[in-house]
Amino acid sequence: MWRRIAALILKEFKMLWKDRKSRMVLVVPPLVQLVLFASAATFEVTDAALGLWIEDRSHPAQELVSRFEASPAFHVVARFDNPQSVQDALDSQKVKAVLHVGQTFSADVAAGRPARVQLLLDGRKSNAALILQSYALGIVESFNLARAGHAVAELNMQPRAWFNPNFDSRWFILPGLTVLLTIVATLLITALSVARERELGTFEQLLVTPLRPMEILVGKTVPALCIGFVEANLIAVLTCLVYGVPFVGSIVLFNVSIAIFVLSAVGIGLVISSVAKTQQQAILGVFLFLSPAMVLSGFTTPIANMPDWAQALTHLNPIRYMVTLSRGIFLQDLPWALAWPQLWPMALIGCVTLGYATWLFSRRLE
Amino acid sequence: MTPARTFLRRFGGLLHKEFVQIVRDPSSIAIALVMPVVLLLLIGFGISLDARNVRFGVVDENRSVESAGLFQAFANTPYFRPFSFLTSKAAEAALMRGDIEGFVVLRSDFSRRVADPIRAADIAIVVNGVDANNARIVTGYAQGVVATWLLGHRRDRAQPAVSPVTVENRYWFNPEIRSTNFIVPGLIAMVMTMIGALLTALVVAREWERGTMEAMLASPASMTEILLGKLVAYFVLGLGGLAVSVFIGLVVFEVPFRGSAEVLVAISSVFLIVSLAMGLLISTVARSQFVAAQLAFLVTFMPTLILSGLMFDIESMPRWVQAVTTVFPARYFVSSLQTLFLAGTVWPVLLPNLAMLVGFAILFLALAIARTRRSLE
Amino acid sequence: MPASVILEHLGKRFGATAALTDVTATIAAGQITGLVGPDGAGKTTLLRLIAGLLAPDAGTLEVLGHPATDRATVRGEIGYMPQRFGLYEDLTVQENLSLQADLHDLDEGARSERFATLLQFTGLAPFTGRLAGQLSGGMKQKLGLACALLPRPKLLLLDEPSAGVDPASRRELWHIVRTMAGTGVAIVWSTAYLDEAERCDSFLLLDRGRLLASGSPSDFTRRLEGRTFLIELPERQRHRIQRGAAALPSVADATIQGRSLRLVLKDGCDLPDLAQLMGNDATPRPTRPRFEDAFVSLLQGDRPTVAAPPPQDALAGSADGVAIEARDLTRDFGKFRAVDRVSFTVRPGEIFGLLGPNGAGKSTTFRMLCGLLAPSAGSAHVAGVDLGRARATARERIGYMSQKFSLYGNLSVRDNLDFFSGVYGLAGHRRARRIAWTIESFDLAAVADLEAGTLPLGFKQRLALGCALLHEPQVLFLDEPTSGVDPLMRREFWSRIGSLAEGGVTVLVTSHFMEEAEYCDRLGIVYAGRMIASGSPDEMKQRFVTADLPEPTLEDAFVGLIREHDSQGQAAAA
Repeated sequence: MWRRIAALILKEFKMLWKDRKSRMVLVVPPLVQLVLFASAATFEVTDAALGLWIEDRSHPAQELVSRFEASPAFHVVARFDNPQSVQDALDSQKVKAVLHVGQTFSADVAAGRPARVQLLLDGRKSNAALILQSYALGIVESFNLARAGHAVAELNMQPRAWFNPNFDSRWFILPGLTVLLTIVATLLITALSVARERELGTFEQLLVTPLRPMEILVGKTVPALCIGFVEANLIAVLTCLVYGVPFVGSIVLFNVSIAIFVLSAVGIGLVISSVAKTQQQAILGVFLFLSPAMVLSGFTTPIANMPDWAQALTHLNPIRYMVTLSRGIFLQDLPWALAWPQLWPMALIGCVTLGYATWLFSRRLE
Repeated sequence: MTPARTFLRRFGGLLHKEFVQIVRDPSSIAIALVMPVVLLLLIGFGISLDARNVRFGVVDENRSVESAGLFQAFANTPYFRPFSFLTSKAAEAALMRGDIEGFVVLRSDFSRRVADPIRAADIAIVVNGVDANNARIVTGYAQGVVATWLLGHRRDRAQPAVSPVTVENRYWFNPEIRSTNFIVPGLIAMVMTMIGALLTALVVAREWERGTMEAMLASPASMTEILLGKLVAYFVLGLGGLAVSVFIGLVVFEVPFRGSAEVLVAISSVFLIVSLAMGLLISTVARSQFVAAQLAFLVTFMPTLILSGLMFDIESMPRWVQAVTTVFPARYFVSSLQTLFLAGTVWPVLLPNLAMLVGFAILFLALAIARTRRSLE
Repeated sequence: MPASVILEHLGKRFGATAALTDVTATIAAGQITGLVGPDGAGKTTLLRLIAGLLAPDAGTLEVLGHPATDRATVRGEIGYMPQRFGLYEDLTVQENLSLQADLHDLDEGARSERFATLLQFTGLAPFTGRLAGQLSGGMKQKLGLACALLPRPKLLLLDEPSAGVDPASRRELWHIVRTMAGTGVAIVWSTAYLDEAERCDSFLLLDRGRLLASGSPSDFTRRLEGRTFLIELPERQRHRIQRGAAALPSVADATIQGRSLRLVLKDGCDLPDLAQLMGNDATPRPTRPRFEDAFVSLLQGDRPTVAAPPPQDALAGSADGVAIEARDLTRDFGKFRAVDRVSFTVRPGEIFGLLGPNGAGKSTTFRMLCGLLAPSAGSAHVAGVDLGRARATARERIGYMSQKFSLYGNLSVRDNLDFFSGVYGLAGHRRARRIAWTIESFDLAAVADLEAGTLPLGFKQRLALGCALLHEPQVLFLDEPTSGVDPLMRREFWSRIGSLAEGGVTVLVTSHFMEEAEYCDRLGIVYAGRMIASGSPDEMKQRFVTADLPEPTLEDAFVGLIREHDSQGQAAAA
């Protein structure tokens, strides 16, 4: 039996390696995506186009304005003197935000009355708007602090961000991206492998050999497992070396998690592959699974922010667990005890899907 | 028999065939009508960039009326769900476990400091920085809650104070700053991209496989007519998908729509042509379906998610990445949709986008036709 | 006869491969011109060039008086039926016809008249509402032809219209086409069946892109007058005798035809003395030459005869008893009964042929016997193992060669051999030995490290057979093993099979080629899910000897048997 499986595994590797196109497809897209998305996927807002509508020319106003001008988050592109031009600029997205300082600002400040400035934000990009809002708040806070001099500050709020002191969103995104790229490669290889064999006719030849359905599955699983491993580790290394994301956790835990994750991905891929009759259907199946799965995994948005039913659904999604684990291992030195609640659901998913695929396979032979 | 009538008869025959095939093949209908519904509902409800009910700890070492008041202030906002902790250690452990996303520490001298106009009250805010975006937002909210409370507190005490400047935020176009409002239009764009590419890529490959493409090419129908026939038929189907998506956006997600419906249809039609032509192009370029799969995914889903402005702000990306995004048509469509839904028919935004989309449509169509003719060789 | 198509020094390349080289010919109106040659000869390329789907790289081409570059006009005047008929399977018969009418811009009057004629002509009138995908092979063929004939073309191009279709339908189709030729249409009928070529008015013989011969088939065949003989074979050792005869220096070709050996002598040679080889004193009697004989002798000039392979290692296993046994084998697909209580047995060392049109249940029966499909009822025993109980064990004793090339195209020959030997449990010394034997016997040494998918058809076939034999199976299943292959390769293939059978391997083979069926010891004909006849080829032919037809071919027998079956069915229903 082992001899048969070994022959099959060897053949799968040779096939993946010798086909120049599939070799390229395994290496190039993940790298391209890694580079592109790592650079693109930033939640930071920098050089936001800012418009100024300053109705008050005196000193406190000027000082506040100069703080905004000095901030790296903003980039003053226009000055307005009437509401209509402000409206037009926001409408046509020439500016992302407009700082409006009213006429009474300096007077209020001098008199000790509560002074207000207005920040008008383009709500079409509400995420950016929220972030800009918090930057603006920070600028105003420092203005308050400075103006009050050394004597009194109302409030001294020092925010500290654990594990990611600089709020570097790459540290957040890249460990998640590692997971995504791994599952895309794994799923495509696995889902297409059986469908391709069926279309080319080689599957029939396999069925006539003494190979049992279980052995065929193992033969398909092991290469995908290896490739998933290599891909995940490769991207992780690149992430740390090129983008400077720290890796403070256990490498062993990382690889064990990856192993279980890839197994569950392979299980899903094999189920898709068994159900699909052609490669096109397999592609469709992968698409339809990955689209919601990638988005509802906590990769971009926290799971805690999703509605309850969506959160319940994510329990079926291995990406969710691996993303949590990946971030935890990269940034938090996650201990095994805390990793366990993420590992066993993935393992369960893997067992169920692999078992189902085996059953489907055997049934197909009828 | 004038050439025009001849053409019409031929083309009409081709169109009729395409429609009959669509009706008899459920998979095309599933892609165009069912998939958008599923994806929109799943993802639209699933994603939210807003922080709501954030589990937040309040370490109260002071245990005074003031500190209780601050705790209440957190509880009163929809953003936070506060939990009380007696010691910082307990809060830290909860943070490690992931039970809370951050906490404030009110030290034992909090109430005294607050009452004292000279000395500042030190409040530590700790958030889990792993999710930087969320962390920043949560920090901002927390700071806001504290500042607001303090202001109110001082006013109640009629304490003179160095009045800080506060910021009033007004959100143009999206006053409740619901992230759904800007994500759903972007999702519609993503769904349209996928529909377009998937429909045509599958259909053309099937004709080649079954040998009917060859027979068609030997008939008086020209390659252009054949491809156009497919395009028109799947265009109609895609419009159906668009209608369904917009309906869901308006009715289920209650996204406001402030632009003109005609402009929406016009721009969407152009984009649909672009993505259909892109699908045709993929099917001609990739002879191996393994390669086609990666290509399709690479070119439709990932870029639309990450490079189109759907989630991440394009202007904040590094310059070279911004340059790359100009190559993806979805970017222009996402921007148009966000404007049309939330702002209205703002031509300075819409016109350049429309021009780029038309350009892409022509480019992809020409490429698809040129490559398909050569495919028989 | 005016010329409809004129080719001069026509050439076409695809990348580095020359599909057609220096082809010069004319195709006349009112005639059926056969385009003959094996797969890869360039037949489809030539048809596509004439149809205007491809542009030539060299030479000139004139179609119906228009140069090839004027493609648009040409397309309006020709009818083209590609392989696999070019039908839209999810459109009905009527819708397919209407689509063609639209494409050719026929108005209502012309349309309805032509529809009526064609539907009646092809017998499809009662089926206008049926989806094209649900028609039988023969009916699809006729619909494809009807669509091609709709615009009343002056030139009709048919790419292997009779491939894979039962002989009865093939004859009907031929009849229709013959009628069209009578009205002045020029018809090009491409085929790999050499007996069809014989019936054409004129033919073009292509091999590897070159035109080897052309003209009238009878002239071509007449060259062999006096060189063809039949001699009766003894009961045993038919294959060994055939091989021995083929190796004689004066013999161009020796094939088995039922109980006789057919000899074709080389030009200018005399009959050799066969007494020692045959072991009897039968005298050869002269017989009419066939197109195939002329074809083979022509090709023999180009290619040397392949030496017979060394015999396989002696088989372990029972030499007596039954190698394959099917008992009341039945298979249902939902409500449709594809195979209905088929029973037959095959003795060890026998070559058994399963014949029948597509969709008759022959492939389903075949698949049940090799373990690919489970029967709904009945039992199958292969190599002493009950397939219902121990399928995996059975598979260790079975070798299988599928119709399409089903090995790993992007792996090398050696990789494929390594894989299959591993999968069949061969290891160590035995494995190395078997792989070496395969490479040597099948002449694969030169290509051992090349990618299997890039090999020419003959090599692919040999590799496939080699992989099927690596584990020294007792029973060999061959699914249409020689479709698309030229007669020389077919002979080589069958001489291998013959030697295997003599070594004790049981062979179950399916085929469409009736001449191939002659190599079998016994045949079983499957039609409409039932086995309607079984016996040796000669027994079958014998039943249909009549005064008009003293020497019926197997095809005659086949058609006759089906007709008998159909009329019996009608009588029973009445």
